[in-house]
Amino acid sequence: MNQNFGKIVGINGNMVSVAFDGNIMQNEVAFILHGDERLKSEVVRIGDGVSFLQVFESTKGIKIGALVEFSGELLSVQLGPGLLGQVFDGLQNPLPELAEEYGFFLPRGVSLKALDDSHKWAFTPKVEKGDTVISGIALGHVPEGIFEHAIMVPFHFQGEYTVEEIVSAGDYVLTDTLVKLKDERGNIHEISMTFNWPVKIPIEAYRDKIVPTEPLITQARIIDTFFPVAKGGTFCIPGPFGAGKTVLQHIISRYAEVDIVIVAACGERAGEVVEVLREFPELIDPRTGKSLMERTIIICNTSSMPVAAREASVYTAVTLGEYYRQMGLDVLLLADSTSRWAQAMRELSGRLEEIPGEEAFPAYLESRIAEFYERSGLVELNDGRVSSLTIGGTVSPAGGNFEEPVTQSTLKVVGAFLGLSRDRANARRFPAIHPLESWSKYKSFIPEDITNEARDVLRRGSDVNQMMMVVGEEGTSIEDFALYLKSELLDSVYLQQNAFDKVDAATDDKRQEYIFENVHKVLKTEFPFDSKDDARSFFNRLRQAFIDWNYIDMDSAQFKVQHESIEKLIEEQSGNEKSL
Amino acid sequence: MRKVYNKISQIVGNVITVKAPGVAYEELAEITTRRTKSLAQVIKMEGDMVSLQVFAGSRGVSINDEVRFLGHPMQVTFSDDMLGRIFDGAGNPRDKGPLLTENLIPVAGPSVNPSKRIIPRKMIRTNIPMIDVFNSLVVSQKLPIFSVSGEPYNELLARIALQAEVDMIILGGIGLKYDEYMNFKNVLEKGGALTRSIFFMNTASDPIVESLMVPDLSLAVAEKFALKGKEVLVLLTDMTNFADAMKEIAITMEQVPSNRGYPGDLYSQLAARYEKAVDFEGAGSITILAVTTMPGDDVTHPVPDNTGYITEGQFYLHNGYIDPFGSLSRLKQQVNSAEKSRKDHRAIMDGMIQLYAQYMETEEKRSMGFRMSNWDLKLLKYGGLFRNQMMDLSVNIPLEEALDRGWQILAECFTSEETRLRTELIQEFWPTNGK
Repeated sequence: MNQNFGKIVGINGNMVSVAFDGNIMQNEVAFILHGDERLKSEVVRIGDGVSFLQVFESTKGIKIGALVEFSGELLSVQLGPGLLGQVFDGLQNPLPELAEEYGFFLPRGVSLKALDDSHKWAFTPKVEKGDTVISGIALGHVPEGIFEHAIMVPFHFQGEYTVEEIVSAGDYVLTDTLVKLKDERGNIHEISMTFNWPVKIPIEAYRDKIVPTEPLITQARIIDTFFPVAKGGTFCIPGPFGAGKTVLQHIISRYAEVDIVIVAACGERAGEVVEVLREFPELIDPRTGKSLMERTIIICNTSSMPVAAREASVYTAVTLGEYYRQMGLDVLLLADSTSRWAQAMRELSGRLEEIPGEEAFPAYLESRIAEFYERSGLVELNDGRVSSLTIGGTVSPAGGNFEEPVTQSTLKVVGAFLGLSRDRANARRFPAIHPLESWSKYKSFIPEDITNEARDVLRRGSDVNQMMMVVGEEGTSIEDFALYLKSELLDSVYLQQNAFDKVDAATDDKRQEYIFENVHKVLKTEFPFDSKDDARSFFNRLRQAFIDWNYIDMDSAQFKVQHESIEKLIEEQSGNEKSL
Repeated sequence: MRKVYNKISQIVGNVITVKAPGVAYEELAEITTRRTKSLAQVIKMEGDMVSLQVFAGSRGVSINDEVRFLGHPMQVTFSDDMLGRIFDGAGNPRDKGPLLTENLIPVAGPSVNPSKRIIPRKMIRTNIPMIDVFNSLVVSQKLPIFSVSGEPYNELLARIALQAEVDMIILGGIGLKYDEYMNFKNVLEKGGALTRSIFFMNTASDPIVESLMVPDLSLAVAEKFALKGKEVLVLLTDMTNFADAMKEIAITMEQVPSNRGYPGDLYSQLAARYEKAVDFEGAGSITILAVTTMPGDDVTHPVPDNTGYITEGQFYLHNGYIDPFGSLSRLKQQVNSAEKSRKDHRAIMDGMIQLYAQYMETEEKRSMGFRMSNWDLKLLKYGGLFRNQMMDLSVNIPLEEALDRGWQILAECFTSEETRLRTELIQEFWPTNGK
């Protein structure tokens, strides 16, 4: 590869201008050479003899005239076995290895290999000499934790290839040549376990993209029952600070019924990543019996880490997600928070002196967000299997106002909107998803007419509450008052969940159906009450009984006992009145 | 030989531009004017033209004043001798004590590797129930105190500084009124805490650009002490002044403003400071409490808004109380579990707040003249007791006593099932004499 060099002629924060005379490419990676340090950067604009680079590191101490080396490559990630369980920064440097080498602080201008070159993987071939293959087809596999990691024909290979040679089963390192493929012109290509892929280009080595329909069980009742997410779909969680976006994402990352979870901590607090980092290895995934970390990849570019790498971090995460989707797995990507990524774009755009759009965000904000979410999807792979990549992003709207550009651009492209409300968070109602304002275009496993009835109770209960604010309790009829209490019951025993109780934190679909049926029964029952105090006291007792029930394991004997006492409460109060 | 230039080609606001080849980004320079000397820092370079922000301000700078580049970025001294001392925003003593020039360390160093961080696990007790019970302060936490001018936020900060169980305190004053600065000094002196404190003080009458350096200086020194095993509490007041100083420079530099004139990187700039809060495994820690005044009591103003997204909760000081709804300590769950605190801690925390929320609704109804039901009357009684015996800032009791008091208040106002608390806790903790 012929190397191209340039010289720095201007510095403004993390944006440098570089004079060059060779051939350079938009979005290519370049390195600023400063002593022993090589500061990674990306070409973001090319002018006449001067290009603009965003630097993924601090530019402190850099001088005018410093040498810049252009790599000729787009920003890429390394794909191959060994990604699972890892913690990377936005540029795919493994953070634990950096810590081992450099201690407490993140050094500038160093990069480490994403994957371990020396690890031996037990390869099992899946094709034979003479077989015809196309991109994305598995040539063999190696065990990676609980999964069979497919060694595939690299995704940029076009047309058909014939297997010329394939090694026998055995232990190999990442870079060993395992397979030789011959293309239609007779050229030979050597395949190892690993190859690079540019992060900003979607991986599309599949037959077809299909419409997502199957629900993804998150085990959060309000989501699964009322605002479901589909496998291969998209959702967003906007909310003001303190409404519990990150807590909700953690719960989803922990309990969601998918094969692989990728957490992209993008410009958020380091402390939150640490919780995942330290807790996941200890937590056992009930589905596999192994540590949760074995199904997780963390991409971590926290708020004090270099801003430009934030953008890279979401692309790195989605690329890794697409890679595992190619293996036939269901992948969930959680990006927290997409607003930080948008802000990084805004900072860059400002330094490029582009004409600002709304709130100084660049005009291309909307298309970038759409492109990102569109990389999700349910796909039919080239071998006929179906797999999915689901993307969920939090949004941190300025001032908690959903009218701002990032929230609005996101709402246009997602399939479910889980809006968090500050009022609910302040009233300690978790998860603080607003039950009347949120929506989902996907179908739940609970029939829609039943959830609609419950929704109706919530809406009318909220109306009654609003009215009571004006006319007071005495001006409200006892029927309306009972309706309000029913909506409150549904809210506190079903919509709210105690994330710190080991039973209540996660409710699977079976239990949701069971509990919801019972709550629904209460909603449909007419109770005769003598007075409002009578009504309030009954619903207090009923709520207590339901909450206690939520804390009991479904398999224990206690569960049935508690169920019976709830039914008794309901029967006693409803008397001989028939259910509607 | 250090480079000296004496041809300033442009002065706009507090930013000067000088032709100076061979300097480095963020390098410091010293400008000698007819009256005084001031430091300046490189903030932009274009070809040979270098823009610097002048710490003491550009007033009185003449275009042929000498600009001498120092060949290094901002530094600060670090030693045990700093304890009990007071410095200004440029790192020079303002207490007439000796100049400390030894052991200089760079400020605004690299961020901590997230994989080296540990889960916070230790509560910092303050003996303020609204903090200890409802929103515990945790080692390595970063928390702002959201407030408005006129509220006793600096008094609260001083009290926390005195009572908090930490090894040392670093106070960074940013545009602080002179009498407030003196008040801090007097309170800590009287409480015998001055000898474990270091002040970096930029008062309202000091140059505004210097105020930009205060958080970096405070945190750089804190970081070194923490690495040596000290539990450091960093108090910053007022971060809104810091953000405003940044806004001023950004506008001078003709940056496109994003929201109400603040620069687009406000979030990243604030985060770079707050994220210095850390618990070093095997060494000490940094905990940050920072006052953020909200212009117009508006939490959606860009400064409190961005801060809220960065910090691990906030204390919302409102009408002289730490407001239980606006306030939140995100890390409290790490220290208030049954294993780490008393087992009724969480239940009391959630239960009392939920009831207080209902009280607020009732209070609203009452003020509109509605008839009060039995339940409303109970809530009204509860609200009053909660306010006087828990929320009042003068209440000064340890955590356990505060929890007991919580049960007493509940029992005085409600029957046990009305509290929505879990049956097993009620059996253990409900005061039987009903007092």
